Formats: sequence, C-alpha cells, structure tokens
Amino acid sequence: MKIAVCLKRVPDTTAKITIGPDRKSITDTGLKFVPNPYDEFALEAALALKEKSGGGETVVYSVGTDASAETLRTALAMGIDRAVLLQAPGGADGLAIAQALAAELGAGAFDLLLFGKMAVDDHNHAVGPMTAELLAIPCITSVAKMTIENGAVEAEREIEGGIEVVTCSLPAVITCEKGLNNPRLPSLKGIMAAKKKPLETKPAALGAPTLEIVSLELPPERQPGRIVGEGADAVPALVQLLRTEAKVL
Amino acid sequence: MADRVLAIMEQRDGALRKVSYEVIAAARLLGDVDALVLCEGAVEGTGDLRAVGAARVLSAAHPDFRLYNPDGFAATIGELASGYSAVVFAGTATGRDLAPRVAARLKVSCATDVIELGRDGAAVTATRPVYAGKVLQKIRLTGTPAVASIRPNTFPADKPAEPGPPGEVESVTVPAFATRVTVKEIKAAATATLDVTEAPIVVSGGRGLKEPANFKLLEDLAAALGTAAVGASRAVVDAGWRDHGAQVGQTGKTVSPGLYFAIGISGAIQHLAGMRTAKVIVAINRDKDAPIFKVADYGIVGDLFEILPRLTDEIKRVRAGQ
Ligand SMILES: Cc1cc2nc3c(=O)[nH]c(=O)nc-3n(C[C@H](O)[C@H](O)[C@H](O)COP(=O)(O)OP(=O)(O)OC[C@H]3O[C@@H](n4cnc5c(N)ncnc54)[C@H](O)[C@@H]3O)c2cc1C
Repeated sequence: MKIAVCLKRVPDTTAKITIGPDRKSITDTGLKFVPNPYDEFALEAALALKEKSGGGETVVYSVGTDASAETLRTALAMGIDRAVLLQAPGGADGLAIAQALAAELGAGAFDLLLFGKMAVDDHNHAVGPMTAELLAIPCITSVAKMTIENGAVEAEREIEGGIEVVTCSLPAVITCEKGLNNPRLPSLKGIMAAKKKPLETKPAALGAPTLEIVSLELPPERQPGRIVGEGADAVPALVQLLRTEAKVL
Repeated sequence: MADRVLAIMEQRDGALRKVSYEVIAAARLLGDVDALVLCEGAVEGTGDLRAVGAARVLSAAHPDFRLYNPDGFAATIGELASGYSAVVFAGTATGRDLAPRVAARLKVSCATDVIELGRDGAAVTATRPVYAGKVLQKIRLTGTPAVASIRPNTFPADKPAEPGPPGEVESVTVPAFATRVTVKEIKAAATATLDVTEAPIVVSGGRGLKEPANFKLLEDLAAALGTAAVGASRAVVDAGWRDHGAQVGQTGKTVSPGLYFAIGISGAIQHLAGMRTAKVIVAINRDKDAPIFKVADYGIVGDLFEILPRLTDEIKRVRAGQ
C-alpha cells in the first residue's frame, strides 16, 4: 500500500502567542514549533499499516515555508520513507492548500491519504475533506478507530451523543482524531537515518485565495472573578449569586 | 438575490436538533434565510423554523438520507448554493465534515467554528477562535457563496415556545450523486446522551474526584440542574474514568455553555482552551492558587466531597421553590 501523510508545522500548544505588528500574523521569533499533534496520529497510522502489510511506501507532504523541512525530518525520524516540501508562504486559506495537495497527490498515486482532523493553529478542519472532494475520492473525517481490509475501510467517528460507523473503499482520505493510536517517538537510530532520507523541495501550486485575514486580536480578558467563600458553608451564597447576579439558574 | 442565505438544518431521527435554530439565528445576520432540511421523509417542526425567522423551508428528501450521507448532502447543497450569497452550517461533527466538502465543490474556502458573523460591504466577515482560543481571527470570505460553520451555543436561539404556522415546505431536487462513503449506523455512546457541546450547563470533573465512582456526585449535580451534561478533564479521560466524548479542552471538545462548573480541575491552559467562552464559570477546588480561579467568575475553595452534596441539595431546593 502506498500511503501519503499531510503534515503541518504549528506552534507548540503550550506556547504563548504574540500578535505581530501587522495585526494579521503572529510573531515567530522565540516560538517553538512542532508537528501538528493530530498529524502525529496520521503518521503513526501510516507506519503501523506499512509494518502490518510488510510492504509499500510512506511519504509525508507539507505545504509551508522552508522551516517546515525540520518538521518533515521529525516524520522521517519516526520512520516515514521520504518527504516532500511544497513551498508556500504561510496562510489560512484551506482551499488554496487543498488545491496544492490535490495537484500533487492526484491521479491514483496513493491508496490512502492521511491527515490530522485539524491543525491546532488555524482550527480549520478543512484541508483533508477538501482535498478528497477535489480528487473525487471518499473521505471519512475525525476517525478514532479504523480497520482496513481488502481495500475497504471501516471507521468510527464520534458525533454528538453517539458514534458513527462509516465505510468506504480505497483510495480514500482519512482525517485522524485522538484515540486512533499512540504516536511513537523518534528513536536515536531513526533520527540518524532521517538525515539520509530523501526530502524533495518544490513550489506549491496554491489555488487563488478566497479568504483574507482582516485582523488578529486577543480575546477579551474574562472579568476577574471572586472567591465566594470557603467550604460547604459558601454554597448558599454561591447559589444566590448564580440566581440573582449571573441569572443562570 | 445578493442577500439570500441558505441555512443547513441538522436533524436526527426525524427531529430537528437545537443547533438548527442557532444556524438560522446566525444566517439571519447575513440576509433572508431559506432553511434546508435533508431527510428521508417528513421532519417534525418545520413550522418552528418560520417562527424563528426562516423565510422559506426547503426539503431535500431521499431514501438514502435517513442517516448522514456526505456525498448526497454535499451534492444537493452544492447544486442549490449557487443561488445564495452565503451558506451556514452547524459546527457539529456533521457540519464540520460537510461544510468543507461543499466549499471545495464551490471552489471557495470556508470559515470553521465561527463565533461572530457580519458583512463588510457585500463580503461576509467572520470571527473565529484560533491557536486554542488564545487568539481571535477575523476573516473576510471573498468567494461566492461564503461558507461558514458556527460554534454551537454561541448564536442565541431556542426552539420556539409556540410553534409557527406549519406553512408550505418546498421540495428541492436531490441531484444524482455517487455514494463514496456510507454511514452504516449510529452506535449510542456508552455514557450520557446530552453532549457537552450542546448542553446549556456543563458540570466537569477532574483528577480531584479521586476515583471514577465519585463522578456520581457530578451526575447528581447535573440531574439537579436539569438540562446539564457531565464533562471531564483529559487527566481523567486518559485514566479511563470517562469517555473521550466527554473531554473538554484542546484535544477534546470546545464548549460554550451558559454555565460551566470546573470541579477538582486545576485549570491547565489546554483545559481552558475548551471552556473559556462559557458565559459563567464556577470553580470548586481545594487549592486557592489553582489557575482555574483566574478564569472563574465564582469560586469556592474547599473539599469538593463536602461541597458537592450541599450544592446539589441547595440547587434542588431553589429549583423546587421556583
Ligand atoms: C498537547 C496537550 C493537550 C492537552 N489537552 C487537554 C484537553 O483537551 N483537556 C484537558 O483537560 N487537559 C488537556 N491536557 C492536559 C492538561 O495539561 C492537564 O494535565 C489536565 O487538564 C489536568 O487535569 P486535572 O485538572 O483533572 O488534574 P490536575 O491538574 O491533577 O488537577 C486536579 C485538581 O483537583 C484539585 N483537587 C484535588 N482534590 C480535591 C478535593 N478533594 N477537593 C477539591 N479539589 C481537589 C487539585 O487542587 C487540583 O487543582 C493537554 C495536555 C497537552 C500537553
């Protein structure tokens, strides 16, 4: 099986985010970047599937600036066979990125395309299903459990108050949710091997933008709250405040 | 034609979901709303949609639309959408799956998890939380139609007390479509039926609960509050005490209820990412320096095992007296 994984370089989730002077982008300096955590589930799924089948190829793609090469090396260190960096300036336009990926991944080159369910920077949940639509292949999103047998996928996705059981055939796009697996850490041997693995770089064929960032703002600070009291004796005062002041009971 | 907006309704088992009314409320900010119901047969309560402001109610019925049908839904909406300036979806598991498919067919980007919608001239503008809620991103959708999905519990709307006049439901044609993906069934989740993203009140517990059985205390509190769901921190989900579906936070669900209780939860930044847009936050923690108190509107410092039974009783008492 030939498997492609699409990976995004994102700021570490614990990092403090500072808005840049243009008010449209964030300040990169001093920020630690990591592979998007949901994409790590995709990488692990690709590696496990290859190990199980004993053959095939795994390829990781990233649309991003040259800095994304480092993120791709992390994927290679986990065990992915080769990497392709599709160079593009950063951007939040999910369709433009899906168009670049579809142009690259099209025409039946892969049996399976794996994405994270979303990137933790832009929270778009869009690039995976958009790529699938553009390629006219099946797509199942936010998958927390999956089996692939004889070219058929059966997957489970969490919906409000239940779990949807969804099937499709390969080739397909799957976007990965937490719970699918436990991503491995790169081993020292893997890190050494990654240095010699192929990493191809070429410009991304981004689509025309249909979305503009107007501004970034910090969310309004929550008004400072108050400690109503200590222990169970504070309960009546709390309930009173919830009724008369907050008016939520 | 410029200001006609298509609002995509969500139904399960022939009944509209509450979030559908919120989609109409959001879509009305952009223009005259046509509400589209995709279904197998009749859906109850279409008159309600007029009562909350839909100008027209459209129904796309198909034998394969009993459950969510990604390809059929996307084909139907994609075909219909060209007559509209915007298409608004619910930011639910279904809406988040469907909106990008429709957007890709229409060759436009989409705005996901929107908390504010408006117009700047003819273009639609949207505000959405990014970077785990640490930043609000304001965007302009320059393609036509604009495609957006809204965060549940954010655009105030409710099932109307008085149903509207039943009125006419216009049938729309479902175009031919290739079924690439099949939803076979919906398995009920092991726990609560009311989802934390939809509940008006969420009662969440963390490692301070000490052991899984003690979540009974939270279930009792939730029951006393009426329509409330029980949520959890990642620490207790990872420990296997609660289902992942109940996890609130960066790697779980984002909730915006009217009232959120954080009980025995320290308030790590990844937890706050999922609940900081709650309208009112109450924290109960024995550590007065716990970070949760920085975002809580009201806090009690103390042992949750003493406080919770008292709180549940007090709430029962006041609700009985109402
Ligand atoms: C990439 C990443 C993603 C993450 N995503 C999430 C996420 O989605 N959601 C999430 O919640 N976390 C997430 N986390 C984990 C997060 O950092 C915290 O570890 C977690 O939220 C802690 O859970 P907790 O508050 O239940 O436990 P703790 O931090 O252990 O806090 C327990 C609290 O209970 C209090 N307590 C103990 N006993 C009592 C008592 N008897 N009475 C009253 N109070 C008591 C303590 O004072 C303490 O404040 C993520 C972490 C990472 C690195």
